[in-house]
Amino acid sequence: MKLIFEIGNKNRKLDLMPECDVPVADIDDKYKRKKELRLPNVSETEISRHYTKLSRRSFGVNCGFYPLGSCTMKYNPKINDEMAKLPGFADIHPLQPADTVQGCLKVYKLAEEYLCSITGMDAMDFQPAAGAHGEFTGLKLIWAYHRDRNDTGRDKIIVPDSAHGTNPASAAMAGFSVINIPSTEEGFVDVNALRNAVGEDTAGFMLTNPNTIGLFEEHIHEITSIVHEAGGLTYYDGANLNAIMGIARPGDMGFDVVHLNLHKTFSTPHGGGGPGSGPVGCKKHLIPYLPTPRIVERDGILAFDEKSDKSIGRVKSFYGNFLVVVRALAYMMTLGAEGLKNASENAVLNANYMLHMLKDTFDIPFGNGRCMHEFVISLERLKKEKSVSALDFAKTLLDCGIHPPTMYFPLIVHEALMVEPTETETRETLDEVIAFFKELYERAYNDPDSLHGTPLTTPIGRPDEVGAARNPRLRYYSD
Amino acid sequence: MGTYVPNTRDEQQLMLEAIGLSSMDDLFSTIPKEVRLNASLDIPKGMSEMEVSVKMRKIAGMNKVYDTVFRGCGAYRHYIPAIVKQVTSKEEFITAYTPYQAEISQGILQSIFEYQTMICELTGMQVSNASVYDGATAAAEAVIMSREKSRKKALVSATVNPMTIETIRTYLDGTDMEMAIIPEKDGLTDIEGLMSMLGDDTACVLIQQPNFYGLLEDGDAVGGILAGTDIKYIMSCNPISLGILKTPAEYGADIAVGEGQPLGIGLSFGGPYLGFMAATEKLMRRLPGRIVGETTDSQGRRAFVLTLQAREQHIRREKASSNICSNQALCAMTAAVYLAAMGREGLAQAAKLSMSKAHYLADRLCEIDGYELVYKGEFFNEFVTTVNTDADKVLDILSEHGILGGYPLDGKHKGCLLWCATEVNTREEIDNMVRILKDIK
Repeated sequence: MKLIFEIGNKNRKLDLMPECDVPVADIDDKYKRKKELRLPNVSETEISRHYTKLSRRSFGVNCGFYPLGSCTMKYNPKINDEMAKLPGFADIHPLQPADTVQGCLKVYKLAEEYLCSITGMDAMDFQPAAGAHGEFTGLKLIWAYHRDRNDTGRDKIIVPDSAHGTNPASAAMAGFSVINIPSTEEGFVDVNALRNAVGEDTAGFMLTNPNTIGLFEEHIHEITSIVHEAGGLTYYDGANLNAIMGIARPGDMGFDVVHLNLHKTFSTPHGGGGPGSGPVGCKKHLIPYLPTPRIVERDGILAFDEKSDKSIGRVKSFYGNFLVVVRALAYMMTLGAEGLKNASENAVLNANYMLHMLKDTFDIPFGNGRCMHEFVISLERLKKEKSVSALDFAKTLLDCGIHPPTMYFPLIVHEALMVEPTETETRETLDEVIAFFKELYERAYNDPDSLHGTPLTTPIGRPDEVGAARNPRLRYYSD
Repeated sequence: MGTYVPNTRDEQQLMLEAIGLSSMDDLFSTIPKEVRLNASLDIPKGMSEMEVSVKMRKIAGMNKVYDTVFRGCGAYRHYIPAIVKQVTSKEEFITAYTPYQAEISQGILQSIFEYQTMICELTGMQVSNASVYDGATAAAEAVIMSREKSRKKALVSATVNPMTIETIRTYLDGTDMEMAIIPEKDGLTDIEGLMSMLGDDTACVLIQQPNFYGLLEDGDAVGGILAGTDIKYIMSCNPISLGILKTPAEYGADIAVGEGQPLGIGLSFGGPYLGFMAATEKLMRRLPGRIVGETTDSQGRRAFVLTLQAREQHIRREKASSNICSNQALCAMTAAVYLAAMGREGLAQAAKLSMSKAHYLADRLCEIDGYELVYKGEFFNEFVTTVNTDADKVLDILSEHGILGGYPLDGKHKGCLLWCATEVNTREEIDNMVRILKDIK
């Protein structure tokens, strides 16, 4: 398909700007650009058709089943988008006086209240723009807490080897060094390894629960206690919160700080990679360190408060990805306490149903036939016996109109496929997908070669990724 | 109670039975009793879609949408062409995940590739990433990518937006990098001050063009000083201004960053916005975040993929160049559609109109006794004036007329206002406001 730079014609354009109704200002030539700006020369029709073509070559939740483990690709309700378009939210300047933005601040206050209830935290801050940004912010809180207590030797963050890549990356970015600890054969945190790893240099411990295998950590209290007894703090990665809303809370498990992904659990769309929103929640003892500004209430008026002696400071220009929070709030209002719990129950039910139907065919190394909201298949045996890899299997699913599960994660499972169906899928869809999976498995044994060249029905076949990295072509040149 | 669970109670029961369980509660039997929540969440009962709509509209109604805005300071009200909103509302774009599966994500990938090209064209740089969170985090990431073993000090001009400076401070706090502020002189980066601060430990110099006060910096002077050194020259810029203003590359910058919100993204009470980052080819492998590259598929067809992933967190973990995972992809697409719609001429027109309106606004304001430009330097579409009475009082009166006046500055400029105009401000609006201001005693 052509690039937008390759269509259109010189001097073709839209008529968008009015005539200048004031004297035309000029500046010294030394401030002017010399190089001609080469943007597309296209008509509105061409733009419209170009992006329609691109949309047909994209795959959204509206296109089909999207069981990306750890990503919670649930349906994105349209009322949420509609609310985010209201001029009373969308056309508000971030630096308006407090009395003119009481609605925006109320959105944050309500969302804070609801999310604190869901997580068992005492405060929630919406400044971070995405999950990893929330991790960074949460880890900075841990850092500021220890520094404030003059406990300066605590420079290590412990993470399990099953953790998301962002966990160690965020820890390093916040100035910590990282200690990886192994998982047990059952896929849980190795409590003994944790006990051996903690010490006077432990700043904190990061964990996803349910973990990235899709299992609830049985010894969660013991785990958080070990870290606390060593003087460290505990960090909850909220990627998998969709399993436990209204059922269990990080705050009751002994976590001091959490981040959530509103673009996972709270149904806001992923936008092809963003924007997300990664609010950070914490217990009382960490509130003084939250980023500035904070939203405070004085005499019934909500306002941003820039002053805080102990704050870690600002992590983004303006406070939060506001319109994402509007969507998440609309979602929580729609579901309410009961609906949120019901969503988690059905997320776990759908996952267990699929797991149950697939477990006699596929190797599912962890969980003894049970899981929370997701489970991990290993195709190691298939790879060994028939040279069909998780990649081959995933790419063949594309021909079935199914978005493949997350591949090759977590790292502790070989040839991993991580399946998270979410609660917004019907039983019929699950049954169809289960049939596809089984059929494909059989085909992999009978005709393994037929899985090597897939997909065949997509706009392109497998791309040359090695070539892309070796000879990077990262932009189009008009000349 | 609203719900998005399609399966009926009966179906749920059948599924439970199929897996050998009798109740939903059984699904959670592996959760230890001591952490099970025994109470209901403290959240109001769910509502129908219509009730949610009514309630949210009520909340939105508590905000004030100004008819006229003369405030920028990092967030700008520009005209957004209708096609931009239509195109970016397509469900396939809104609801897609990060394009890991290239074969079914060519649309998203190509849109990012086109975005990267446009950002390179705007800034004059050779490579761009797929976006970061916003202008301030883009600047912070640029500072971090400039770090060398023996160069860990970032010099940041005092004329950079204070929010950007604060964000950089947070990012560097606790790491082995530090920041020092280059003093200002007459509202501009003090070039002599900068020269005296340079050293063997300097990693980068960051200036903003136009700067926080709207003034045009002597970017050539900074470029001349840094040319031939190992110090990275980072320039934060306003993307609309680049329709007419000299590019960071023409100033000799190594890294160009900025807030992409002016490119078709609404004010949105501060987010989601768009951080853009572009650099020289030499720094390509240090850029944080996603990057899309062009390649071919097994049949030689043009294909796009996420590339150079060896920099990223899911591969490199604690050794990654940044922790960023989700970025602002849909905002990047918005910017790309905006730039395609505007084209070279349209963008230059928007830039010239913004500059002309701001200069007209400045001229008219300065007709009023007690209103004066605080700085005499050349400016783009923002400038600082004194006010002849209490600035808050002035702003309150304007607000009653549906006008959001200039931003009240703090510190040494307390009592002054930072004004902004763009192409959406008409002569009539400006004249009207000046009439109101003249009447304030």
